[in-house]
Amino acid sequence: MDTTTITNNFKSEEYFINMGPQHPATHGVLRLLLTIDGEIIKKVEPDLGYIHRSIEKMCERDSYQQIVHLTDRMDYLSSHINNEAVCLTVENALQVEVPERVKVIRTIIDELTRIASHTLWWGVMGMDVGALTTYFYGFRDREMINDIFEETCGARLTMNYNIPGGLMFDIHPNFVKRTKEFIAHFKTKLPEYDLLLTGNVIFQKRMKGIGILSKEDAISFGASGPVGRASGYSCDVRKHHSYSAYDRVTFNEILKTEGDTLARYQVRILEMWESLSIIEQLIDNIPEGDFFAKTNTVIKLPEGEFYEKVETARGELGVYIVSTGTKNPYRMKFRSPGFSNLSLLNHIAVGGKIGDLVATMATLDLVIPDIDR
Amino acid sequence: MNITKNIHEWLFSLMPEAAASIVEMVLIAVVYLIIFAVAGLYLVLLERRVAAWFQLRLGPNRVGYQGLLQTMADALKLVSKELTVTIKADKFLYNLAPYFVIVTALMALSLFPFSEEFQAFDINIGIFFLTSISSIGVIGILLAGWSSNNKFSLIGAMRSGVQTISYELSVGLSLLTMVVMTGSLQLSQIVEVQKSGWLIVQGHIPAIIAFCIYMIAGTAETNRAPFDLVEAESELGAGFHTEYSGMKFAYFFLAEFINMFIIAAIATTVFFGAYLSPFGITESIPLLGVFWFLAKTLVLIFLMMWFRWTFPRLRIDQLLVLEWKYLLPLNLMNLVLMALMVLLGLTIKF
Repeated sequence: MDTTTITNNFKSEEYFINMGPQHPATHGVLRLLLTIDGEIIKKVEPDLGYIHRSIEKMCERDSYQQIVHLTDRMDYLSSHINNEAVCLTVENALQVEVPERVKVIRTIIDELTRIASHTLWWGVMGMDVGALTTYFYGFRDREMINDIFEETCGARLTMNYNIPGGLMFDIHPNFVKRTKEFIAHFKTKLPEYDLLLTGNVIFQKRMKGIGILSKEDAISFGASGPVGRASGYSCDVRKHHSYSAYDRVTFNEILKTEGDTLARYQVRILEMWESLSIIEQLIDNIPEGDFFAKTNTVIKLPEGEFYEKVETARGELGVYIVSTGTKNPYRMKFRSPGFSNLSLLNHIAVGGKIGDLVATMATLDLVIPDIDR
Repeated sequence: MNITKNIHEWLFSLMPEAAASIVEMVLIAVVYLIIFAVAGLYLVLLERRVAAWFQLRLGPNRVGYQGLLQTMADALKLVSKELTVTIKADKFLYNLAPYFVIVTALMALSLFPFSEEFQAFDINIGIFFLTSISSIGVIGILLAGWSSNNKFSLIGAMRSGVQTISYELSVGLSLLTMVVMTGSLQLSQIVEVQKSGWLIVQGHIPAIIAFCIYMIAGTAETNRAPFDLVEAESELGAGFHTEYSGMKFAYFFLAEFINMFIIAAIATTVFFGAYLSPFGITESIPLLGVFWFLAKTLVLIFLMMWFRWTFPRLRIDQLLVLEWKYLLPLNLMNLVLMALMVLLGLTIKF
């Protein structure tokens, strides 16, 4: 049988589109410069700076108590964890021993924050792949956590519950009861997430095998959090560099080796189960005692460089302070998880379709103010 | 019906025959237009309430009793809004596009046998007319995407072209499968055949397969989720109608709902016996035919809404794979199976 080679005489031309800064899939003011050939992505170039508020520069002007408040506005979905990162750095620099009660409460709220962030991510993830109903299911469960936060510290999103040395107030008398209610509620609702979205054939087909990130690439791009762990890179700060009360609870670091969008999705879903188990272990044993350690009203860090890292819902958040011994830092730098995770977008999205890009971006779980700061 | 008969006689007594029949046609057209503008609006409301039901919300329930006037208020708002045109748009095509979509949608409506007597236009190529009319609508979408001079719109329009051309085949073939049984393309004939059992019962296995394929392809034809790649708001903003505003946007929006009604109504006519009541329980009251027709159609519309609010969207290549690799071969085999069945007389008749 003769074989004939079909030569493609059509000249296809690459073209350029702007995705963002006002685009539903970029979840904020991220601008992606896409080079596209038909539907196939040839190049993705993120353009940042649309929500840059010079938080790092403002930190040089503020006292350490004030800096805590600024960090809410970075990754607003894990505001409590951001606050904690700064507080931990300051506490370690001052060598203040915070009470056990504070450590446990911080850890519980950290994990609640993580669940709140992941439920929101799940809802938005569903929306990005076209299943609009998930959004409302995610928000239903997140609402309960926000109510707990509101009762605890008065704020629902930008919490400011941490201060260097402890907590701003003691927990509300209802806190334990309501947290337990939430756990009982969420344990029945989390399987619903799988029923609605994870098990769907269309969803599985869309997520499997796209946006593959190898372990080596994950490490060299500095990926962290669920993005890194889905590629088999063990990078959970809670495990490897334990802080607060994480050393006294048992939990699994969720690791997957596929590195595709489905793996990143599953890591986050399983992480919610782990968070629930962490909260369950701690909620009944909150030690009695003070809710803060005494610090000076004007905090002056000793001269030197200080670095502390925590695991936010998105990955590793590092806080680096250079102090000259005054009441303000000389230089402050945040290592935000979103920035590193965004940097690998071009690497994993090229060759996919527009729909793939949106799905991949959703599993990176970008929060733009965290990237721009 | 007496009223229509009276009007008919009155008109013909008033003016010459040619003029009278033209006036009559215009009158019928106006009546249909009003009915379906309102029906379209209420389908929007239905979708919003159904969506709310799926999504743990209440939906619009403040304007009028249970929100019954909500979409009327929305329509009023859209009528009064400014019609914007982008500077570099191709003005003529840009303005023409919405009419393609809405006019074809309304044209298809005239064919349906709502009851034994309530059918405006009964031609002998009914099914063929319906499928061809519904493929003209896509030209409007292509024009809209092209003339907007917006890359997102263009991608949406291209997707629409690809999608509609592919799924048209499945819609046509699954209806053809049923036509093998009825032996006629005329809608009134198709209903006549079903007096001895709805076609989905008469044709059992191949008919059920054809119905499933028809619903999948029909959903794709209306560009609704999970096949809403044309609009794909998380990917393309609003797809082909990104640049449209006011009433022009409303035409696209309403056309989507009327098309949904058409797809469901075709399924009702071809598979579920149109205005015939189940087991002939109300055959003695012909007026109830309208009720049965609408009830069956609404059930199918609800099914399509159910798809929309539970499924994620397919990717463009998966969409094409589904059609060309699975639905089309299955459809062809099904057609042969149906032909064999009819030949061997294996259909079930009451």
